[in-house]
Formats: sequence, structure tokens, C-alpha cells
Amino acid sequence: MDDVLQRIDQQVKNNPVLIYMKGTPQMPQCGFSMRASQALAATGVPFAYVNVLEDMEIFQNLPRYADWPTFPQIYIAGELVGGCDITLELYQSGELQKLVDTATAGQDTAG
Amino acid sequence: MNERVARIEARLRAALAPDELDIVDDSAAHAGHAGARSGGGHFNVYIVAAAFAGRSPIQRHRLVHQALADLMSSDIHALSIKALTPEERSSHP
Repeated sequence: MDDVLQRIDQQVKNNPVLIYMKGTPQMPQCGFSMRASQALAATGVPFAYVNVLEDMEIFQNLPRYADWPTFPQIYIAGELVGGCDITLELYQSGELQKLVDTATAGQDTAG
Repeated sequence: MNERVARIEARLRAALAPDELDIVDDSAAHAGHAGARSGGGHFNVYIVAAAFAGRSPIQRHRLVHQALADLMSSDIHALSIKALTPEERSSHP
């Protein structure tokens, strides 16, 4: 695995809830990134983000990390959940809450 | 119908034999936004196909991405996908 994929792999594994997005949750640069980060924020669980517009190496290589061509990409417990559409569907069905709660469950006691 | 929509439609029909397929070119709504500079468009795809049966949302999206593989790097900047099976469509009209 080359360096950038290893760097992505570390980010995915070290953050139970992670979004790769265009811009930041406070200042999203794309409507899809905005809606996906809002859904994550609405769960009330802390999440990490990577602004792909500020890191061209990740911007160019993330699509081949999990074979997913577009942004944003949402990872929970080390697994790609999907992009904006799937994240919103999961949020609306209540499934997103369960996923993030499970992914972050060990954190409070471990910290 | 514009050429890019026609190309997307042809790929999806060939790969997934959908019962229903609706593609909307939403590019105009995003003209001028930073992400649109690459020239790729924004498209909304509503697709109903038996091929999605037994597959998770992420697997369904992957099938669509795979069908459009070469277009994803040229014609398509953003793709919003709603992928249902014929049974799901009839239970959620």
C-alpha cells in the first residue's frame, strides 16, 4: 500500500466516525458534503472530518481507497457507509444513530 | 434529452435492465459552484431494478458506479442515486 493510502487507512481506523468532505462542517463547499455532515451532527455524536479540498493527495487518492468515486465519503467503525444519499437514508430510518452509537460506545469508558 | 443524460441512460439500461429509470440533469443548479469547474455535471438517478434485490444500499450504489465507470471521471461530477427493487417501489409508492 502506498503512503497516501496508508495515511487514509490510519485516519479511517483511528476515528470511529469520519467524513471526508469538501470544506468543513462549519463551512461546507458542496451541498452533498453539507447535508451529510449535518446528518452526522444531528446524531449528537462527535465525528472527525477531513477537508479534501485542503489535501490534494487525499482528494486524488481517496476514490481508490474504498473504490468509491465521489465525495463525501462517510466511514463508521472503519467501514465505508456510503456517500450523501446513503447517509441521509440511514439517518431518516434511524439506522445512522445506531451505527454511530455502537461505533463510539467504547470511547467514553476507554477515555 | 441532452447527450450526457443519454449516455448515462444507455449504460444503466445495458448493465442493470431497469424496470424504471429517471435521470435528471441538475447541473444548472450548481453552475458556478467550485466543484462544477471540472466540467462534470450533477445528475439525479432514480432507478428500479430487480438486480438490487438482496443488496445493501452501498452495494446498489456500487453497481450504478460500475455501470457508469468511465463516465464518472468525465461527464459526471456528482451523482445522487435512489436505487429500489420492484418490490420496494410497490410498497413505497
